[in-house]
Amino acid sequence: MKKNLQRLDLIFKNEHDTDVILQRTLARNDDEVINDLISSGLKGRGGAGFPTGLKWKLAAESQDDEKYVICNADEGEPGTFKDREILSSVPHKVLSGMAVCAKIIGAKKGFIYLRSEYTFLKPQLLNVIEEFHNLLDSLKLNFRVEIFMGSGAYICGEESALFESMEGKRGEPRNKPPFPTDFGYKGKPTVINNVETLAHTYSIFKYGPDKFKDLGIQDSRGSKVFSVSGDTPIPGIYELEFGMSLQKFVDDFGDGDSKAVQVGGASGFCVPRKRFGKTVIGYQGKLRGTSLPTGGSMMIFNSSRSMYNVLHNYLDFFVEESCGQCTPCRVGTQQLLIGIQAVKKGEQSSSYLDKLLDLAEAMRVTAKCGLGQSVANSFSSIVENFREEMIY
Amino acid sequence: MSDKINLKIDNIAVSIRGGSTILEAAKTINVRIPTLCHHEDLCVAGNCRVCVVEQVGSDRLLPACAMPVAEGMEIQTNSMKVRNARKQIVELLVSEHRADCTRCYKNGKCELQELSSEYIVGEGGFIDLIAHKGYTIDNFSPSIIKDDSKCIRCQRCVRTCDQLQSIGALTVAHKGEHMKVSSFFDKPMFEVVCTNCGQCVNRCPTGALTEKTYLDEVWSALNSDHKHTVVQTAPAVRIALGEALGMPPGEIVTGKMVSALRRLGFNSVLDTDFTADLTIIEEGNELLQRLKRVVKDKDDSVKLPLTTSCSPGWVKFIEHAFPELLPNVSTAKSPQQMFGALAKTFFANKIGVEPENMVSISIMPCTAKKYEADRPEMRSSGFKDVDYVLTTRELALMIKQAGIDFASLPDDEYDSIMGESSGAAVIFGATGGVMEAALRTAYEVVTGREVPFEGLNITPVRGMENIREANIKIENVLPEWDFLEGVELKTCVAHGLTNAKHVMEAVKEGRADYHFIEIMACPGGCLGGGGQPIPTSPAIRKKRSEAIYHEDELKPIRKSHENPEVVHLYEEFLKEPLGEVSHKLLHTHYTERNRY
Repeated sequence: MKKNLQRLDLIFKNEHDTDVILQRTLARNDDEVINDLISSGLKGRGGAGFPTGLKWKLAAESQDDEKYVICNADEGEPGTFKDREILSSVPHKVLSGMAVCAKIIGAKKGFIYLRSEYTFLKPQLLNVIEEFHNLLDSLKLNFRVEIFMGSGAYICGEESALFESMEGKRGEPRNKPPFPTDFGYKGKPTVINNVETLAHTYSIFKYGPDKFKDLGIQDSRGSKVFSVSGDTPIPGIYELEFGMSLQKFVDDFGDGDSKAVQVGGASGFCVPRKRFGKTVIGYQGKLRGTSLPTGGSMMIFNSSRSMYNVLHNYLDFFVEESCGQCTPCRVGTQQLLIGIQAVKKGEQSSSYLDKLLDLAEAMRVTAKCGLGQSVANSFSSIVENFREEMIY
Repeated sequence: MSDKINLKIDNIAVSIRGGSTILEAAKTINVRIPTLCHHEDLCVAGNCRVCVVEQVGSDRLLPACAMPVAEGMEIQTNSMKVRNARKQIVELLVSEHRADCTRCYKNGKCELQELSSEYIVGEGGFIDLIAHKGYTIDNFSPSIIKDDSKCIRCQRCVRTCDQLQSIGALTVAHKGEHMKVSSFFDKPMFEVVCTNCGQCVNRCPTGALTEKTYLDEVWSALNSDHKHTVVQTAPAVRIALGEALGMPPGEIVTGKMVSALRRLGFNSVLDTDFTADLTIIEEGNELLQRLKRVVKDKDDSVKLPLTTSCSPGWVKFIEHAFPELLPNVSTAKSPQQMFGALAKTFFANKIGVEPENMVSISIMPCTAKKYEADRPEMRSSGFKDVDYVLTTRELALMIKQAGIDFASLPDDEYDSIMGESSGAAVIFGATGGVMEAALRTAYEVVTGREVPFEGLNITPVRGMENIREANIKIENVLPEWDFLEGVELKTCVAHGLTNAKHVMEAVKEGRADYHFIEIMACPGGCLGGGGQPIPTSPAIRKKRSEAIYHEDELKPIRKSHENPEVVHLYEEFLKEPLGEVSHKLLHTHYTERNRY
């Protein structure tokens, strides 16, 4: 372990005070709790970064007798494995976040959409849920949580595809609008939050919004749980303050030979060495310079790695995991993959890469959901920064 | 949502009802936004992305077909960004499509071809994916060919099969690069619940779903010296054929069609409408007999309601979906098959042609008729009763191939016998038409008076409502029908198999006490059939429907039982409705089928 590493461990700190915190929070005025969330600056930790307080507020304002709270535990982004750890070690924080949300928006039912590969977590989670239900009974909150098992499709982590999957249909993203807070699971107002987001709400309930807001910078407040992998001597899960520079990150986690960092998994951005100092990890907001969001995945590559192989691997993944519904994503991913293969083999000239960059941009602006829209992130950042590796 | 929303499209102010899409708003100011997955009959998919437009101030483009309008929106449908994106999307679609255009059945009628010509998709496109992957063609069905190499995954067919027809024979399977339109375990179409209705064919933008054509077989019969060709034309062909030959929807082209068929060389040009009238006599008597046995004889082995059986898509649907209700289906064959059975018996004898030398051809608005003609039950004459079935579209193609200038043809008359028909037969082509025709005859048989509707127009059963009900009180009956005195005859009409399913579920669960139900597999009835000219839309079907009812009004005879040729047929050949000869030639039976 490097000496300067500043772990926060707000989330992973377990003080066995769920009953107290939950009782206190449930007793509070709904608007107050929502305002706390809003002023804390908490944004969705799945990667998209929608303000959590606003999401709850919208769902609370949506008129319907039937509403749902869903915890998105379909952690499928390559290089992300933090939700698994949160659900293993502090599931009651996640459940508490769901319960408070349920009380505020008026939901009686909640689901944890659990990634198929995490089936091993189900028995222990069921035990925790049973205990939690008893706690809710004692607090007189009519709310029940069920586990819904995913079936292994990456796209089902996209919230509207997740609803479709829960409804027994093909996991395909819906047209938006309408958004989940109006038309979610079964067409009912639904709050869907990432595992980590819900765990953070617990910290905010417990410590208040100011303590959370004191961490991080500008639009990126609080702490963030990172899944660090790749060429690092210390791979693992780390809760760190938001808004750190990538240089600092690489200094702490790299092996001294870091050539690039993939921020945000296959759908994120690849940052080359020369930009480490200019890049901050956080949501794009008022910050000057480059700021990159991430669902938590941080992959470090050293100079022994072929960035062509890295990109090929990501594209293989997208070609397989696109739902296939919209043209730009279904066909575009295939074209990007066979396109770089053709350039590598010399079947297409290197200028074909420019056509592919245009294609990636077209995919970004036309694809139906976040999957197709974000293929361009890794594709363009790798091809632009490591063009010679694509050709030779 | 009903308040007006104000926005600008291409700098033109538009005011439109809230909840409308950008596409709808653009249409009101005559700005055309290209579409592929969008179809007026189907729910919004938003998956082809060809219709993307730019919202000023927004980074991502919006799908015009799926995006609701919002106050103050400024939309650009033709910005550089839009054109670039659109061209790339068309190029992507072309790259996964076997663009073998000159060899394609849909050449010149393909929406992707049109778009790629608009956006000049030439050299310099993307790498051909079809060459990489290979493909299969399912041509086992007698009606429909499914060629996956031409499929652009717009899912119009899937939505048609599910939403309009509640069949689900076509579904989406797999994901990513393997995503495809498939059937149960990717079995051939003829092995699954496909009803051959062809609604998917009507809506496929490319050549991925087409009818199986029998043009070569028909041309060779026409060119054979020792074959006598007999052609029959279905009621709904005469009001739609013009569309496929450059005329506007709703033109009645009966006389020109007869002329064209003669020019093409058909030896006997006859009319399915004749056997439509005959169907009314047989099916009407079947209904009355069932009523007698239920109401008078209290015979509970007889099933009511009676449902019609002239739509082969419907028949196959009920065989798959409600086999327990097969005893409710009229045993009367469809007009096409009654015609076929009579052609190679009564008519062959009449004109002195050996039935083995007769080639019986029908022109149908339907793809399921191709399947129906192939059913093993349809060989009552000792031969295949109908040898080849052509769709309206195929006939138009023959007319074009023969160099006939259709619009300038003179009107001509059908041959006799089996060429005469009543207005009641013509309206078989529209949803509610069989019901109306049956009521015109049955009511008169029972009461001795015409149906109590002005001008014989039984308007309650007409129209495009999904499911229509009409009750007719039977009063002052003739003595032999005294048991029907005061009975309120309850009827129901449904078109499209989704509506059919709702009605049959009600029947199955005992929630419906109808006596007689008319069901047509296709939206609008045969006029919206799977073999009709493409495109189809509610507006086009309405035009066709108006033409059909107009043709009915023009007919001197309006009631099936007054068709003199039908009367003559009974006197000379059949003797009586539901008689021995009828039983052999004009009635059939049904088979329970698998559920997948």
